Amino acid sequence: MTFGLYAETPSSLSVNKVYVYNITVQVVRTRYIHTSSRQLVARRATGPIVNMSRTGTKLDAKKVNSELFTLTYGSLVAQLLQDYENVEDVNKQLERMGYNIGIRLIEDFLARTGSGRCYDFRDTAEKIQSGFKIFLGITPSITNWSPAGDEFSLCFETNPLTEFVELPDNYSSLKYCNVLPGVLRGACEMVQMEVACWFVQDQLKNDNVTELRVKFVKRLEDAIPAGED
Amino acid sequence: MTIHNLYIFSKTGTLLYYAEWNRLNKSGITKEEEAKLMYGMLFSIKSFVSKISPLDSKEGFMCYKTSKYTLHYFETPSGLKFVLNTDNASQNARELLQQLYREVYLEYVVKNPLCRLNEPIQSELFKIKVDELFKKSPLFLSRSL
Repeated sequence: MTFGLYAETPSSLSVNKVYVYNITVQVVRTRYIHTSSRQLVARRATGPIVNMSRTGTKLDAKKVNSELFTLTYGSLVAQLLQDYENVEDVNKQLERMGYNIGIRLIEDFLARTGSGRCYDFRDTAEKIQSGFKIFLGITPSITNWSPAGDEFSLCFETNPLTEFVELPDNYSSLKYCNVLPGVLRGACEMVQMEVACWFVQDQLKNDNVTELRVKFVKRLEDAIPAGED
Repeated sequence: MTIHNLYIFSKTGTLLYYAEWNRLNKSGITKEEEAKLMYGMLFSIKSFVSKISPLDSKEGFMCYKTSKYTLHYFETPSGLKFVLNTDNASQNARELLQQLYREVYLEYVVKNPLCRLNEPIQSELFKIKVDELFKKSPLFLSRSL
């Protein structure tokens, strides 16, 4: 299956550039194959709506069907698996891509919510939770606080990234959703917070829930202006 | 009411964008030097305000006023700094800066993958949109002083 994504870049007015990314979709064994078309229609009607946050000049967010997002992400992972062969490298690349998304996405989050800096890490946890609501249309639960209050878990009952996905046995070490830790790390870094993020449970690996652990590492200092040489 | 000029600084103090509309007095130094001077002053005021404040303030430094003009300062939690000089009669300039962040910076810089963050903004579209936003603002009433 092949489809193209068209994105108009607003960088220049004089030349109206259109970039075409051709993405070949070979999602790691999608469940589409086993799903009848009637089920698909039912799914489409009830599926969560993912906000891909391309708003143009209007402020209200344009909603995108989560299936398109799911499949695009699936094709990205499949492409990476083809390019790198080594699963560890794919995990690393996904994290890096997430980081690059995160450092931009935080601006969108801040502009939308108008929230200030966090008072404490519990505040951060709630803001991250609301971020998932805004961008993925899901509300993960915040659980398993460490006694020191510097670690917590986000538990996902449903995850739009992993719909229609099954991991083949030989990819058991693949962290399919590894962009999410990257996004969190990048976003938090932009608000002067270093966090570490990893998966402890994964529904794709037959756990009941997907659990993402977030650990506060340190507070980054504000940049001081460069002195006169 | 008049808007004089606008500076946008990144979290590391790089001048991302400068625009001016009604500015009669030139500083007599290069734009780069002026930006450094400006950023240094803002940085000092910010730390001064937070140290000297008798109460735990959340917002910190917001504006200062001289006999001739007012400098409005808006900083996002991610460290972007928006600085706007207006005359003393202008109200709600902070809201205008927030609007600039939300509707122009976010849309035409953050969401443009070709605009690198932390580097001066080159995008023509961004320039046009900033100009549009300020010119339709009620604060913008260009009259000679």
